Amino acid sequence: MSDTLAEMQRRLAVLAPLRLHIDDESAAHRGHAGAAGGGGHYRLTLVSAAFAGKNTVARHRLVYDALGDMMQGPIHALAINALTPDQDSV
Amino acid sequence: MDAQQVIKEQVTGNPVVLYMKGTPQFPQCGFSATAVQILKACGVNQFYSVNVLENPEIRQGIKDYANWPTIPQLYIKGEFVGGCDIMREMFQAGELQQMLEGVAQA
Repeated sequence: MSDTLAEMQRRLAVLAPLRLHIDDESAAHRGHAGAAGGGGHYRLTLVSAAFAGKNTVARHRLVYDALGDMMQGPIHALAINALTPDQDSV
Repeated sequence: MDAQQVIKEQVTGNPVVLYMKGTPQFPQCGFSATAVQILKACGVNQFYSVNVLENPEIRQGIKDYANWPTIPQLYIKGEFVGGCDIMREMFQAGELQQMLEGVAQA
């Protein structure tokens, strides 16, 4: 596992995820103009009770807050699927 | 005028504003391209777009403005709506079309 993935998992632990899955899609984006800075492309699914009663913008903000300054460097792009435990069981 | 003031004038002076990488005709990022396609699918062909790759101050400034770390960013009537994932989610739920109805003149 890459250092970036491990660090993402470590930081996202503050959301007490019941399920966390991160895909590294960097290889599919190598070379395009926006990726010139070297940051990776990731897609994550995170299930947490912390998302209950929050709309999507608020949920994404929780994820961004948890990742903190990783968004300024190692993470160039991040697709987020933020679910509550109820939504995950459907 | 600093970047925050420029942004405030852009988002309040135009009904629909998309901060993106590249232009609607030539997006330079897959997420920005998707955002443009979603707007078009909502029947919005005319919107104010800002190519952040051409303006580093706006590129950083827009992240601070909405406290949102990624681009693209969509604003409707001065309000931050979200990025690509949120636009797609709202489009699939029919919510984005509702928000845009009567706002943008296609």
